[in-house]
Amino acid sequence: MLAAAQKDEKKDQALKNLVGHPQTGRDCPFTLLNSPISHTQYPYVTGTSVLGIKYKDGVLLASDMGGSYGSTLRYKSVQRLKPIGKHTLLGAGGEISDFQEIVRYLDELILYDNMWDDGNSLGPKEVHNYLNRLMYNRRNKFNPLWNTLVLGGVKNGQKYLGTVNMIGVHYEENHVATGFGNHLARPIFRDEWHEDMTFEEGVKLLEKCMLVLLYRDRSAVNKLQIAKITEEGATISEPYAIKTHWELEAFKNPATGAVGSW
Amino acid sequence: MFRNQYDTDVTTWSPAGRLFQVEYAMEAVKQGSAAVGLRSKTHVVLVCVGKANSEFSSHQKKIFKVDDHIGVAIAGLTADGRVLSLHMRSECIHYKFLYDSPLPVGRLVVQLADKAQVCTQRSWTRPYGVGLLVAGLDETGPHLYQNCPSGNYFEYQAFAIGARSQAAKTYLERKFETFPECSRNELIRHGIISVKEALAEGKLNGSNCNVAVVGIGEAFNTLDSKTVQQIIDSLEDRADEPPVDVAPVEGEQGAVQDDTDQAAAPMET
Repeated sequence: MLAAAQKDEKKDQALKNLVGHPQTGRDCPFTLLNSPISHTQYPYVTGTSVLGIKYKDGVLLASDMGGSYGSTLRYKSVQRLKPIGKHTLLGAGGEISDFQEIVRYLDELILYDNMWDDGNSLGPKEVHNYLNRLMYNRRNKFNPLWNTLVLGGVKNGQKYLGTVNMIGVHYEENHVATGFGNHLARPIFRDEWHEDMTFEEGVKLLEKCMLVLLYRDRSAVNKLQIAKITEEGATISEPYAIKTHWELEAFKNPATGAVGSW
Repeated sequence: MFRNQYDTDVTTWSPAGRLFQVEYAMEAVKQGSAAVGLRSKTHVVLVCVGKANSEFSSHQKKIFKVDDHIGVAIAGLTADGRVLSLHMRSECIHYKFLYDSPLPVGRLVVQLADKAQVCTQRSWTRPYGVGLLVAGLDETGPHLYQNCPSGNYFEYQAFAIGARSQAAKTYLERKFETFPECSRNELIRHGIISVKEALAEGKLNGSNCNVAVVGIGEAFNTLDSKTVQQIIDSLEDRADEPPVDVAPVEGEQGAVQDDTDQAAAPMET
């Protein structure tokens, strides 16, 4: 009975023209045996901009809590800022599941670093370099982690702020942003950022940019978090919303300029 | 040490709980010429005597730069030492590539010790026959470690390995409490004097004496022979040190030492 069933399965496979792939071992259509292996890669649930600035005591990061499913603003409580060890904060735009995977890699890295228990610890520069290696190597395999990351931290009084993206481009700066933030927030940073801003000045600047993003980026949601990292450690604020203004004359009577009958 | 029925294999324990092959490997370290290391709050210095095969040959290279912040002095089987230095360099550069940061010395030393331990537990590899003095600097300060063929490692303020190292250690024992506050040059001076004690015959000069330093603000570098010669000359000019009693020459112990010797095996201290 069993033998007969196995024979049927083989016949089924043969009819569907499926063979075992020499590299993956899995079922593969015969006609595709000579095509290159391609990994399905387009993002599904994505986060939008992350902003980062250096200030007097350390680094401030800001992001909203939206997770878009294509054009749908599907998830509204996605935390896109995470602390890494004692000295670093990581923020990500792009595929949320890839970000979660990255956080898992980094948590493991920090764990092994702590297990040495020898007074040495990985600082933000080291974590940034490690992430760069990770992202670039995945890119070379045509299987990227679909994220743009912002990494900020303080160690031994040295402030660090950098970014790395899915193709491995990385740099350090006094102010960084991902996605739409590059176009909308960075010009504001260039005008208004200065060395040694106070915490209040920094938050004000970030909120100003987040407001612009909220108005102009369709994937932004009005629920944001600001994270701070100083020599003492990392803190991520509770989620909150910012006030928007829609009391524009043009909105009050939309038909003023163009009266229509339909 | 004398031959016994438990010393053929590294995978054979003796009834007293000793691994004789590992202990014999440590004897090989004692055959190499002396290497001395000493540390202050800011610097670590390595000083060695390099043997020459004959009058025509160059002196043995005993100090290897592993990275800008780590260097090592070897005593024992030079080939083993060279291969381990290569491995250490590879580890350092790999860490640098991943983290853009210098590998902390303590972690390198542990990796090295783990590598040596493997050879004490496999029947198809022999233990490394070289002792290493690892000098390095990391964010917790300057460090000096000794690595044994047994897979043990120890951190030291000052230490000597190799032939007649006891004589060098005697000098270091007298002076080591002053080392933390020593300047770089004073530390080098102490190193050269202690290595002089370990010299059996002949004179110390710029060619047979290798000196290397690493410290805060100074990458690991070996001093050139002219500089070393100058320091040696200046030591003779000073001659303000009272003559040091040379410790008894280190060699084979006369007493019969069989397996039931109650003394702790060297690697267990």
